[in-house]
Amino acid sequence: MTGGEERDKVAKEAHAYTPGLKIKEKMKTRKVRRLPIPGKVLVNLGDRVDFLTPVAETMVPGEPTVINAAALLGIERGTLMDYMQVKEADKIKEGERLAGFNAFFGLWKNWVTSPIDGYVETVSPVSGQIIVREEPTPVTIHSYISGEVVKILENEGAVIETEAAFVQGIFGIGGEAHGELKVISNDPDERIKANNITDDCKGKIIVGGSLFEREALHKAVEIGVKGIVTGGIIDVDLEDLLGYEIGVAITGEEEIGTTIIVTEGFGAMTMNLRTLELMKKFEGEMAAINGATQIRAGVLRPEIIVPHSRRVEIAADYELASGMKPGTRVRIIRKPYFGALGTVVSLPVELKFVESESSVRVIEVELENGDRVIVPRANVEIIET
Amino acid sequence: MTQTRMPLEDMEYILATDVGSTTTKARFFKKLDDNEWHYIVSGETPTTVEAPYEDVTMGVKNAVKEVEELTGHKILDEQGEGIMVPFDGEKGVDLYCTTSSAGGGLQMMVTGVIKRMTGESANRAALGAGAIVMEVFATNDKKPPYRKIQQIRSLRPDMILMAGGTDGGTVDHVVSMAELIKAADPKPRLGTMYNLPIVYAGNREASRLMMNILGKEFALNCIENIRPLLEVENTEPARRAIHELFMEHVMSHAPGYDRLMKWTDVDIMPTPAGEGMAMQLIADRTNKNVLGVGLGGATTNVYSIFDGRFVRSVSANLGMSYSICNVLKEAGIKNIIRWLPLDLEEYDVRNRLRNKMIRPTTIPQTLEELVIEQAVAREALRLGLEHHKTIATTLHGARGEVAFLRGITTQAVAETYLDMMKIPIIAGTGGLLSHAPRRVQSMMILNDAFQPEGVTMMFQDSVFMMPHLGVVSTVHPEAAWQVFDRDCLVRLGSIIAPRGKVEADETVMEVELEMQDGETIRHSLRGGEVVRADLPERGKGEASIRPGKEFDIGAGKGRELSVTVEGGVVGIILDARGRPFSLPEEKSQRQAKIREWIKSLKMYPENVLDEGRRS
Repeated sequence: MTGGEERDKVAKEAHAYTPGLKIKEKMKTRKVRRLPIPGKVLVNLGDRVDFLTPVAETMVPGEPTVINAAALLGIERGTLMDYMQVKEADKIKEGERLAGFNAFFGLWKNWVTSPIDGYVETVSPVSGQIIVREEPTPVTIHSYISGEVVKILENEGAVIETEAAFVQGIFGIGGEAHGELKVISNDPDERIKANNITDDCKGKIIVGGSLFEREALHKAVEIGVKGIVTGGIIDVDLEDLLGYEIGVAITGEEEIGTTIIVTEGFGAMTMNLRTLELMKKFEGEMAAINGATQIRAGVLRPEIIVPHSRRVEIAADYELASGMKPGTRVRIIRKPYFGALGTVVSLPVELKFVESESSVRVIEVELENGDRVIVPRANVEIIET
Repeated sequence: MTQTRMPLEDMEYILATDVGSTTTKARFFKKLDDNEWHYIVSGETPTTVEAPYEDVTMGVKNAVKEVEELTGHKILDEQGEGIMVPFDGEKGVDLYCTTSSAGGGLQMMVTGVIKRMTGESANRAALGAGAIVMEVFATNDKKPPYRKIQQIRSLRPDMILMAGGTDGGTVDHVVSMAELIKAADPKPRLGTMYNLPIVYAGNREASRLMMNILGKEFALNCIENIRPLLEVENTEPARRAIHELFMEHVMSHAPGYDRLMKWTDVDIMPTPAGEGMAMQLIADRTNKNVLGVGLGGATTNVYSIFDGRFVRSVSANLGMSYSICNVLKEAGIKNIIRWLPLDLEEYDVRNRLRNKMIRPTTIPQTLEELVIEQAVAREALRLGLEHHKTIATTLHGARGEVAFLRGITTQAVAETYLDMMKIPIIAGTGGLLSHAPRRVQSMMILNDAFQPEGVTMMFQDSVFMMPHLGVVSTVHPEAAWQVFDRDCLVRLGSIIAPRGKVEADETVMEVELEMQDGETIRHSLRGGEVVRADLPERGKGEASIRPGKEFDIGAGKGRELSVTVEGGVVGIILDARGRPFSLPEEKSQRQAKIREWIKSLKMYPENVLDEGRRS
């Protein structure tokens, strides 16, 4: 093999196709609910749980506070022990004296007091520091989805399982939430405006449109919408809402009160019809959503989970994600055909030049309007149904 | 030099892999009949560090299987559970080694007493060892202790490097930092079943106290002081200790690494450390200063070997796919748009970059998209070099120390010792540079971002294999260099660019270039002009360069320089835009200028210059 052929080979391998986002009407969904540190599990194997059932709880050590006692008292560090009023492990109250002295018959006083309720962790005659720590605080994790406990993780938590409709978004903001699904637009191209957000959206997960305009985003947050699911979002509107610019797509910790899931991308993006249809079918049901997104190795996409409250029959068999072949339904995810849906016609083996002059592995796609186009394989994703 | 199972002179086959965050890349080398080492073939498969596989050796085996299929040469043992070493006349290889950055590479936190002194030294040592430094804490930084504790706790590093105090100097500041770390009780990233490793490289007199404070809950390793004297920086023992602990305490807990460690002949090396060794190899072999860069999807690594001093910086959030929007954030949209020959709206470019961020494996199909990504690359590299210059600085010395101890906060201003005029070689690696459809594109991306001065030879990695050759060079430098020189380094050509600001429409330089075939070409360049002349790879030309009176090509202002220049796949670029150069502020003037350069250098097909193009 020549160097040139070899480079081609590398190019082929380096640009494998993007696995598609899941849009499933019926899927066995499992969620691992785990404490950050060991604690007590509150559920039993086989228990039925709701969205907010406590699964496990623990006590997280309190925050430590460092007090530079020797410097505050104006004494040598090595003599700190002589001035201590408390010792390591003693419980203390806010304002309680930790160390200090009275001199000149009480005319000159110098005391270091505790800024918190808690206990004394360390007294150091080397650094002259006292470290006090708050009492541990309880942390509880909830089930997040409704379903059945199928596994107990000893001292850590449990695994919850349910049959559910499962939809992945491409990007999200905010953490776990749950609420009733409400579709606010049947038109996947509609730009959602503030007047589309009515008071009855409060506490619900609202779905629709190619975009939520800036005012609509603000209104949804204001009235207490639990979640937004929409096709696209404008980059600067997101910045405006958060108050800062996102650099790397690692999200989920934002605290705006409303979880946002974008299904297609940035800009006005027609919502995938299958996603919209699925959301309509389950309108009125309770759903769990999580905007947490991590785009790096071990990608994490935001999700919408609608546990089935009744038996759901689906017409077609599951199509397993088995790679692309002629007939596979795909979506193009980069210009110039961004967002277009189509069917794979052929997968040429040889590398082809595209307009940018890059020699890449390509795929021939027949779009829904009947046009046939050539796009890099890296620029399509399989539609998993 | 590492002990190998086969004497170096008898070796015939070498296999090297790099276990990257997303792809595991195998490179296969062979000594051919000419008694020289050659690159033969590659295998690339997805890395299998994450669920559901959670065993990196699966990805390595798959990549090696590809090599086997392509060459017919058997490398994996009969059970497929390891690499056969040595070559037995039919199958196996004589040397197997690997680098790794899977799971985000080696992530470290470093501490010092004074941020600009021991903090900086510790930072340089950790970076030089191939780590991503998540945070530098120092006794004299402005953060209150509770903030430090919160941060230390949330960072979850793989390892901590602690420095502080010269030998015989401050003890209490070092101890107070240790107490903070103990109070924060940080947990290692790869699980809670082992103690977090800490390398202590501070005042030797504090070692016993450090052991008392940290010895029980952490895997503490006390080594030589990184700053035994204010004027001396001794990073090598820290770098070695980091590599040892990386193997013992970090890699051994990553999924499958316990097995992979048994396969390799030498320790697994962090990928950037391998890349850095490759850059070092260029400097060693050419005996010249080198500036190198690895422009990746998530990070940008910059390396300099300047007057024998090796420094690496990593800009952990500057990259071309995962981190593309961090470049947008750091550089600002205006700085990206300024490189575009096209009239595109800010919001449009911003949304396009966001879409690349959320679908990082997509590639530009249209020219417009390619031009945008290459504009971002210029900014990522520019920022990466700026960051590097803050690390490649002279040692901050006694004045700052005395000031600190007296409670005065003044500090000496950092001065980088890097002088672009004294860097005759620039080398680049990474997907965007390697995959640029025209080599002149990658050469100009490096030129615009780094603005080399004088006469500078430009190289780029052909097929990503610098880390592989870096780790091979620790065992078999001759083999590594032979492959490196022949198969890895693409000679792009030379850039001739005088230092001096272009103020008016003036002659910046006159160049006479005598080619090997005797042909002589002459160019007189006015301010803002860029010209390309052909000179093939490994070809040489004799250049006489007469700079204008306010310009310096390396011999002093206005003084002529005669020098041998090397050619490359692009040739020679004569750059009379001045150093530093700035683009016209006014949009239409700027775009016209960029279109002029594109045309002169044949950077893109002509139709990208059409105004009003849209994709």
